[in-house]
Amino acid sequence: MAAYRLEMRDIQKEYFGNRVLKGVSIRVEPGKIYSIVGENGAGKSTLMNILFGMPVIHNTGGFSGEILMDGNPVRISSPQDAVDLGIGMVHQEFMLLPGFSIAENIKLNREITFPNMVSRLFGSRLQSLDIPAMRRDSRKALDRLGLSTLDEMLPVAGLPVGYMQFVEIAREIDKEKTKILVLDEPTAVLTESEAEVLLATMRRLAGEGISILFITHRLDEVLAVSEDITVLRDGEQVATLKTGEASVSRLAELMVGRKLEAVGCDACAPSPKGDKTLLKIEDLRVDMPGERVRGLDLDVYEGEILGVGGLAGHGKIGIANGVLGMYPAEGKLILDGKELPLNNALEALRSGMAFVSEDRRGVGLLLDESIETNMTVTAMQCQEKFLRRMGISLADGGAIRRHALKMIRDLDIRCTGPEQIVRRLSGGNQQKVCIAKAITLEPRLIFVSEPTRGIDVGAKKIVLDLLVRLNREMGVTVVITSSELAELRSICDRIAIIYNGKLEGVLPPDASDVDFGLLMAGEMSHSRKEAS
Amino acid sequence: MTSAQETRTTQNAVPPIPPAKKKFELAYALRSNVVPLFFLVICVIGAYYSGLSLPFLLNEIVVRMARNSFLVISLIIPILAGMGLNFGIVLGAMAGQFAYFATVNWQIAGLWGFTLTCLLSFPLAVFFGWLTGKLFNSAKGKEMITGIILGFFANGVYQLINLYFMGNLIPIRVPEMLIPGGYGLRNTVDLKIMHYALDNLWKVRISIPGSIMPIVVPVVTLAVIALLCVGMHFLFKTKLGQEFRATGQNRHIAEVSGIQVDKIRILAIIFSTVLAAWGQIIFLQNIGNMNTYGAHVQVGTFAVAAILIGGASVSKATIGQALMGTLLFHTMFIVSPLAGKNLLGNVQVGEYFRVFVTYGVIGVALALHAWQGKAKRKT
Ligand SMILES: Nc1ncnc2c1ncn2[C@@H]1O[C@H](COP(=O)(O)OP(=O)(O)OP(=O)(O)O)[C@@H](O)[C@H]1O
Ligand SMILES: [Mg+2]
Repeated sequence: MAAYRLEMRDIQKEYFGNRVLKGVSIRVEPGKIYSIVGENGAGKSTLMNILFGMPVIHNTGGFSGEILMDGNPVRISSPQDAVDLGIGMVHQEFMLLPGFSIAENIKLNREITFPNMVSRLFGSRLQSLDIPAMRRDSRKALDRLGLSTLDEMLPVAGLPVGYMQFVEIAREIDKEKTKILVLDEPTAVLTESEAEVLLATMRRLAGEGISILFITHRLDEVLAVSEDITVLRDGEQVATLKTGEASVSRLAELMVGRKLEAVGCDACAPSPKGDKTLLKIEDLRVDMPGERVRGLDLDVYEGEILGVGGLAGHGKIGIANGVLGMYPAEGKLILDGKELPLNNALEALRSGMAFVSEDRRGVGLLLDESIETNMTVTAMQCQEKFLRRMGISLADGGAIRRHALKMIRDLDIRCTGPEQIVRRLSGGNQQKVCIAKAITLEPRLIFVSEPTRGIDVGAKKIVLDLLVRLNREMGVTVVITSSELAELRSICDRIAIIYNGKLEGVLPPDASDVDFGLLMAGEMSHSRKEAS
Repeated sequence: MTSAQETRTTQNAVPPIPPAKKKFELAYALRSNVVPLFFLVICVIGAYYSGLSLPFLLNEIVVRMARNSFLVISLIIPILAGMGLNFGIVLGAMAGQFAYFATVNWQIAGLWGFTLTCLLSFPLAVFFGWLTGKLFNSAKGKEMITGIILGFFANGVYQLINLYFMGNLIPIRVPEMLIPGGYGLRNTVDLKIMHYALDNLWKVRISIPGSIMPIVVPVVTLAVIALLCVGMHFLFKTKLGQEFRATGQNRHIAEVSGIQVDKIRILAIIFSTVLAAWGQIIFLQNIGNMNTYGAHVQVGTFAVAAILIGGASVSKATIGQALMGTLLFHTMFIVSPLAGKNLLGNVQVGEYFRVFVTYGVIGVALALHAWQGKAKRKT
């Protein structure tokens, strides 16, 4: 009778009187991949947190409903319970200890030990760590993910986000008795090629009999790997279907509850692009691990939308991080004719630039402050906006509130109001707050890295449209870094392709796929080298 | 599939990160050890102006290292477990002192008395540590201030017991321990019977050429301290040590990975309290008498100041820092009154400087911690 590895029956959950799951039931078969899709804030992470016994669930009044594994009811009241039952989870936010090495993180709380004299007397907790064995296992797990060049003894702090994600996945596949694996938006921070590796790994794990619960906003991934799909909308289970019955547009429609238009600039006026160079980057070198920039020259014209693309690891992410002073950089920046000091984040912000980092959780937000505070705090500090002068400067509550409400509307942030603290938002909505924060600075030049990562299909269009509107209506120059070429081509005026830390070439958005492919693979530099 | 995607998938999925260059940088080493270096300079200047002879100074240093290191080392585990400086070790010191009252009362002398004192203090210290840990768990993030206040509160209870219950509810056989009225412990309790119980087991005299005064080394006491260091080092390399460190880095992530964070934190405090009890016992056997109502009061602040001077912080500490800190802090103790007198003609100035440094160092460390915590939340 136990045909299902996992059943969750009529799960309901309230957060402070706000019903975020209204009776969701799922059934997962052994060795199958089960996808859960839904808009930002639909309740996907909450459902998975319940399954994993996360403290946040039990500190906020628990949940109602039943969980069965292999036909038997189980009680999961802590992550330890979940781990004991063979449930593994890759959380939407990173769960890695920055001061530990990769191997220590992979083996966290599952360390390999050997007995010693003391442990024979006082118990197994005092067994010695077998570091070589831990390294070996970690090595194996990393190799399985195609990360054979990543040193398992590196500390996690300072790794690029893509690697951190793989380390988390390595940790889960290293667990031998895992029967159910929860992956909450594992591909959000990965590039397409990295995501391919992950999807292949997932298929292999499923083949070995592990049931996988998969959450993603990339609907083509859902169709590519999963057998069953459940769609959530505002905590309600609107549909559960087989992959055969689904298509990207059908799923998107179910998620949002209306038909979606295609993402892109809807035949709007051309960008107010001039020939004036706004920012001149000369011989920029940025020391960002895994995304090094090695001598880049690039001109950003006033009023354009410039796309920056390229394969992972070739340094496209490093550019904005270097220009905005987030990572150590060398070289020369000339903004509007004036040279700009490097490695000085505050000066960069003051000179009218803003940055939406690809690492939202790490550098973006004050998690225990309200949405409105988060949106305005940088503007208050760097530009003295939203302040009232009365001898001393006081925060102007009214102006802040008006601005926050406008941003919440413009970006469709799903929240209970501008006072809600950011920690209580869903992951995707937190990212929207990050974007709002950068826009609040009213920059002349905005750098946006991976703006649609982890954002649902409906909101994706909103975010891209907003960037276009900023450009058209307010004349903001936009530099957008993205791993999704399609996204760049839909809104950019020019697309710069980075290869090996240098500019490989600049193409118009309507250039052919072949041209983009050649640049990304570094064919130009190769042929140049051959010629010389 | 378009050709763009094709070329993309033929690429290596994840390019290598070149290993970070590890080379010794003098400037970096100096910067990260600026606190102990600063105090080293002060100690050297102080020693020079104190006019003390080197053999005398060395003797004093050896005595004080033997006396205090244990107490300072007892602070390390809570720091690693993310609970900051454990001012609650005052309770450990009390446990040690209670145990002394018992053994003095039974008039058990020498090494046997000392050992029994250690054994008796153990269950008491475990209990006190458990209580402290429980309390700290309900005041997460505010362990240090809670510890300081707890010390004051415990001192009150301690005084109550020793002033009213001793000789009253708790029978005391040795009349010299009591105030003439018949109940309440005297201001000082004589520990003559266990004086140097550990230190005198084996003393080695190292003579310095050109000086009559040899350096006397209490080998066994130092060996016990060495053993503790080895034990601590061993502990860091076990599963339990890893759990301490994981909890210290991020409670939430440790909890999510299945570590029972609350238990680990209580355990860290129990370890610390027991070590503090034994540390206090070692300290007192060297002194030879106990200031009943004062011996424990400064234990927390002095140990904390010492470990901070050694370069530890609220969230990072090593055995080396604990030992270095003990050395520097107590060298300052020895030389500052005389240096103050010789330099400024006033003993008080040296005293003042010492007290100022003790509390100043703690204050600065706490302020830095609060400030860093804020900066961390901001970024
Ligand atoms: N700790 C919390 N306290 C209060 N409310 C919360 C908390 N966490 C989430 N919520 C609310 O629960 C709802 C569902 O959030 P959840 O994180 O499950 O969304 P999600 O489907 O994972 O979205 P996303 O795609 O953005 O990650 C949201 O409305 C959110 O505001
Ligand atoms: Mg989520």
